[in-house]
Amino acid sequence: MKELFSGGVHPADKKEMTRLAEVRPVSAPPEVAVPLRQHIGVPCQSLVKIGDSVAVGQKIGDGEGMCVPVHASVSGTVTDIRPVVIPDFGEVDAVIIQNDFQDRHIEYKPCPDPEHLDAAGLAAIMREAGITGMGGAGFPSYIKLSGAAGRIDTLIINASECEPYVTADDHLIRDHTAEFLKGAAILAKVLKPEKTFIGIEDNKPEAIAALKEAVSAYPEITVNVLPTKCPEGSEKHLILACTGREVPAGKLPVDVKCLVFNAHTCYSVSQAVYEGKPVTSRYVTVTGECIKNPSVFLVPVGTYFSHLIAEAGGLTEDAGRIVIGGPMMGFALSTLDVPLLKGSSSAVCMPAIRPVEDPVCIRCGKCVQVCPMHLQPCSINAAWTRKDFEWLSELHATDCVDCGCCAYTCPAQIPLVERFRAAKRAIKEAGK
Amino acid sequence: MSYQVLSSPHVHSENNTKRIMTDVLLALLPSAIAGVVFQGIRALIVILCCVAAAFVTEYIYCLIRKKKNTTGDLSCIVTGLLLAMSLPAIIPYWFAAIGAVFAILAVKLASGGLGKNIFNPALSGRAFLMLVSPYYVSRYALYGQKLSVFSPADVMTGATSLHEMQFPILPTASFPDMLLGSTSGSIGEASALLLILGGAYLLRRGVISWRIPAAYIGVTAVLTLLSSHDQAAVPWMLSELLSGGLLLGAFFMATDYASSPVTPAGQLVFGVGCAVLTVLFRYIGIFPEGVTCAILLMNAAAPMLDRICAPRRFGFVKGEDK
Repeated sequence: MKELFSGGVHPADKKEMTRLAEVRPVSAPPEVAVPLRQHIGVPCQSLVKIGDSVAVGQKIGDGEGMCVPVHASVSGTVTDIRPVVIPDFGEVDAVIIQNDFQDRHIEYKPCPDPEHLDAAGLAAIMREAGITGMGGAGFPSYIKLSGAAGRIDTLIINASECEPYVTADDHLIRDHTAEFLKGAAILAKVLKPEKTFIGIEDNKPEAIAALKEAVSAYPEITVNVLPTKCPEGSEKHLILACTGREVPAGKLPVDVKCLVFNAHTCYSVSQAVYEGKPVTSRYVTVTGECIKNPSVFLVPVGTYFSHLIAEAGGLTEDAGRIVIGGPMMGFALSTLDVPLLKGSSSAVCMPAIRPVEDPVCIRCGKCVQVCPMHLQPCSINAAWTRKDFEWLSELHATDCVDCGCCAYTCPAQIPLVERFRAAKRAIKEAGK
Repeated sequence: MSYQVLSSPHVHSENNTKRIMTDVLLALLPSAIAGVVFQGIRALIVILCCVAAAFVTEYIYCLIRKKKNTTGDLSCIVTGLLLAMSLPAIIPYWFAAIGAVFAILAVKLASGGLGKNIFNPALSGRAFLMLVSPYYVSRYALYGQKLSVFSPADVMTGATSLHEMQFPILPTASFPDMLLGSTSGSIGEASALLLILGGAYLLRRGVISWRIPAAYIGVTAVLTLLSSHDQAAVPWMLSELLSGGLLLGAFFMATDYASSPVTPAGQLVFGVGCAVLTVLFRYIGIFPEGVTCAILLMNAAAPMLDRICAPRRFGFVKGEDK
């Protein structure tokens, strides 16, 4: 198949470990910790006190400004509000709910008149339903929608799921094809793009077949089957693959008249509009070489990873690394006492590795070949080693999107992404 | 229980430095064996001297400087082997070994070690030997003599194809001889066919990109075709390509990672530059051969080529990305 962007890598897929798994709801966790910030922006204020009784779907946190509410994911009693540490977000207050196992829900109120929704109306529903980017970044979706209304000609639903091992979106689309498409259709209806694409990699034949069959009811939506390659799921590269347009560094998709929503986000929009349900659970792939029964679960937000791991049969003896969000761009957990966020698509359990000591760049240039942003990672590494900020700026180090292709391919196994993150932070601070 | 926390990506390709160096050694091996078969056991001793000198130099350096022993990455073996293959089999053993010591110590380690040298260590070693004694480096045994281990002094020397082409006349060696290796020349330069196979192996394994060898060989072909000294153009061009160090240089020396550009456009310009300089040195230089100096000069230009040949930034039009 034709390659639609230059660079990129093809890591071993490993999706077959859970591709044909039967999805099941995880057994009810005895306790959940719902973090009050699972999005980029202002943390929520808790709306409940210790001792309060809550039902599934009840709003338990909200705030002013760039904020997205959070909801109770199990029914029970609030036992504590205390900080938890979450990778990428740091220390965040979380509402601890003791499960009463009654599975009591609030009364859901579907949108009475979805036919006449406008962008502002849909944005309000999305905000109330606590929808954030469920691909991992956690950007408030309602802000994306409001900012794009009237300014785009292409809407893209990102179902590429290019991370190895991860199959959550794949299973979600297969299990809920109709609801997923309704979500895409309502987004398209209020945003009025000329074209709506569902971008999906060709390693998901079942989901593609299901979509192609169901999409005939929606002439405005095109299923765009893309070659499997990391980072196809990167917003910028998906836009390039679908439209041929490139989003320059420092610009947003909207600047090239595009908007991208993650597949799980799109499904959540459908649930919010047509069922009145907020985001209280999500599909999660629990997999890897070091888990006994690789599985895909429907999991309440705030469930501890320890519970998820136990549900999948537990870890094998050689387990050394637990990665959430996918092995190319995800984060490693130091402990399993971490709650699942709306944006956590997976837990991948892998053996520990011994990093190469004092790795030396041999200037093979393989990183230059694979960099999808057309940078020179080996030179950026040399410039950062010398703390040569002028050279770093000449090399446009801040264009780096952390996709991991360079470090994946580097024969010297230099932790390039880690170094570039540090370099970008230093450049930002120097610029202040 | 605490789990290991490392930065993403959490998966890695099978690439590693040692594997790359092993591939280069494997690619060179057939040509090296051919050199020994065609030129005698003396060629093997020259190879062993260079490899051992390179290895021991790096080992002792690491020991004295109290650094991590880096000989395990095999790059010093590659340097030693490449240097030996660029030398005549009748070179004195000690002299060849000095070249290897120079290559490792003065060129590679003095610049900071693997990946940091501006110049190709093997070629620098050869250039150093040429400066010290052009006599030892440019005498080649007449083809057909099997050289024994001792005393090469009484050996009959002869002209290589490149020597003959200085006159200029077409070489006496036939094309099949040049391809298979039945001609006079350096240890590793004799068999064009095996060098091409070795290069193809490196391309297939993704160790080198096609850009430098293609630009180098292609442009050399065009230039020698256009200016064939009133000889039959195509045979002249083929003789230029198949003789001397051109193939060894194009596939194994010019593609050296540390001393060549990493940007795709830079690699093309680098290959073109090597070709132009090689033809220039061969046509009007004092030595019949020009590959060594051509590549070394382009080595010096590599960092600048990477700067001016940076790929177009994602999202920007070339030239407007300030």
